[in-house]
Amino acid sequence: MSFEILGNKDTRSGFGEGLSELGKINQDVVALCADLTGSLKMDAFQKEHPERFFQVGIAEANMMGMAAGMTIGGKIPFTGTFANFSTGRVYDQIRQSIAYSQKNVKICASHAGLTLGEDGATHQILEDIGMIRMLPNMTVIVPADFNQTKQATIAIAKHYGPVYLRFGRPVMPIFVKPDAEFIIGKADVLQEGTDVTIIACGHLVWKSIEAAKILSEQGISVELINMHTIKPLDATAILKSVSKTSCVVTAEEHMRNGGLGEAVAQVLGEHLPRPHEFVAVNDTFGESGSPMELMTKYGIDTQNIVAAALKAISRK
Amino acid sequence: MEIVKLEGIASQVRRDIVRMVSDVNSGHPGGSLGCTDFLTFLYFEAMNHSASPFSMDGKNEDLFFLSNGHISPVWYSVLARSGYFPVAELGTFRKLSSRLQGHPSTDKKLPGIRMASGSLGQGLSNALGAAQTKKLNNDPSTIFTLHGDGELQEGQIWEAAMYGAANKVDNIIATIDFNGRQIDGDVENVLSLGNLEAKWEAFGWEVLSMNGHDFKNIREIMTLAKSRLGKGKPIVIIMKTEMGQGVDFMVGSHKWHGIAPNAEQLEDALKQLEETLGDY
Repeated sequence: MSFEILGNKDTRSGFGEGLSELGKINQDVVALCADLTGSLKMDAFQKEHPERFFQVGIAEANMMGMAAGMTIGGKIPFTGTFANFSTGRVYDQIRQSIAYSQKNVKICASHAGLTLGEDGATHQILEDIGMIRMLPNMTVIVPADFNQTKQATIAIAKHYGPVYLRFGRPVMPIFVKPDAEFIIGKADVLQEGTDVTIIACGHLVWKSIEAAKILSEQGISVELINMHTIKPLDATAILKSVSKTSCVVTAEEHMRNGGLGEAVAQVLGEHLPRPHEFVAVNDTFGESGSPMELMTKYGIDTQNIVAAALKAISRK
Repeated sequence: MEIVKLEGIASQVRRDIVRMVSDVNSGHPGGSLGCTDFLTFLYFEAMNHSASPFSMDGKNEDLFFLSNGHISPVWYSVLARSGYFPVAELGTFRKLSSRLQGHPSTDKKLPGIRMASGSLGQGLSNALGAAQTKKLNNDPSTIFTLHGDGELQEGQIWEAAMYGAANKVDNIIATIDFNGRQIDGDVENVLSLGNLEAKWEAFGWEVLSMNGHDFKNIREIMTLAKSRLGKGKPIVIIMKTEMGQGVDFMVGSHKWHGIAPNAEQLEDALKQLEETLGDY
């Protein structure tokens, strides 16, 4: 099976377009930004709905607290800043004012992971999925491409409850159809196969598509799952697939600790223990470099997924 | 309401506080007793609010945010005494499965609570958010808050202070419980706040001072504060209080920040506080 490339864009632009569209269809949507309007592509919403756009300055703790307060009275706040400043910097604010208080806040986090690139490790958060999925009441979504990020942005406004939406900076191929329906918590099976299951999220979904192609040229049948929702995790889809293939690779732009791989391992460990290989960053900080160089250096590139799949199959 | 009536309610609230914390041998009586007169005035006179039915969205009513959540006993008592939930429920404070958690929370659906607090410094941001939503909804109601003075050592308070003034959030009246005490001792010695009035003024807030134990002064200053709403500046009241007010052996000492009275001390305290509305 081949995937048609529908274009090349960054996922953050998908967020910006989704937010702009939401602004037109839902009067309760408000947006807050901590001095990164251009980077988050929130300028369209700001221009179209200045009365519903709140520039908070470089003060993320206040932004999270305000977003929580704004829900009282029925608004649906979308906060925008880099993933690092959306999570680690404000963990306690999210924990108390948003997650524990069950507030309908959408935490929209750009420039996640290594592919932020040249800014280096201070900004390349690789722990955010783990931190946020540990919090009760949180939903964690990591869409795969521009179209899916746009669809997810629109979908989370209809879902009541706190959401963490993680996306990124680099231009990547678009393969999700523009009219696809985004269902929170329902995995997308992109390709059916019998030898190995590859479960990926975010930018690693495209890398997994590339890996699946290489593996298929070697006669290996890959079942490929885009796990865009890390929490709640679609355990049914995982068990259904792995019971067929009997081995699994998880691939993510995140630490091995705490991320998608660990979430999948919990499901399999409890219900269906099978060989599992992890493509993820291994307990190290990143560094400056171009996004693609970094993915290669830190072992989360196409070739790493291919090697992990072969190893998983060999362990069956 | 007549001041003597407010004083009577406050006396009962103080009885509730010392009985609640003594019963579970935990909780924070000092700050609770110090803020009793203010919260009594807020809920029984200053605020336009609806106890029943309680609405989380609180549209077209005034809202209160307790930023220093550890003084939950006073808030719980005032909420119960103003009809948000049965007074008898005060007896469940800090006990397993109670809606009256050690620090206020929303997850057990206690009417009157709209935001969890306990980890300090977050309430002013929450309140500013709610204030902005009031404006978006063309709701002319007012947002009230309470913060500890020690709590002002948290940086987020000053992020919020900057935002409130820069964006002319003028539908909020914040109050500082200025008792000069925190867990480790006097605020002045732990980490001095310097010239607090000048700080808030420099941040662009309208600053008022109030004696938190004189209902006449509370009424006068709260009326003045309300008259300054809608004039382009957020309002803060620096409220002078004594930790442990109303119980002679607790008054003015940081030692009663988070310590419960034992049975003998409770008896002594209750002798000093008239039972006006019936104990829970």
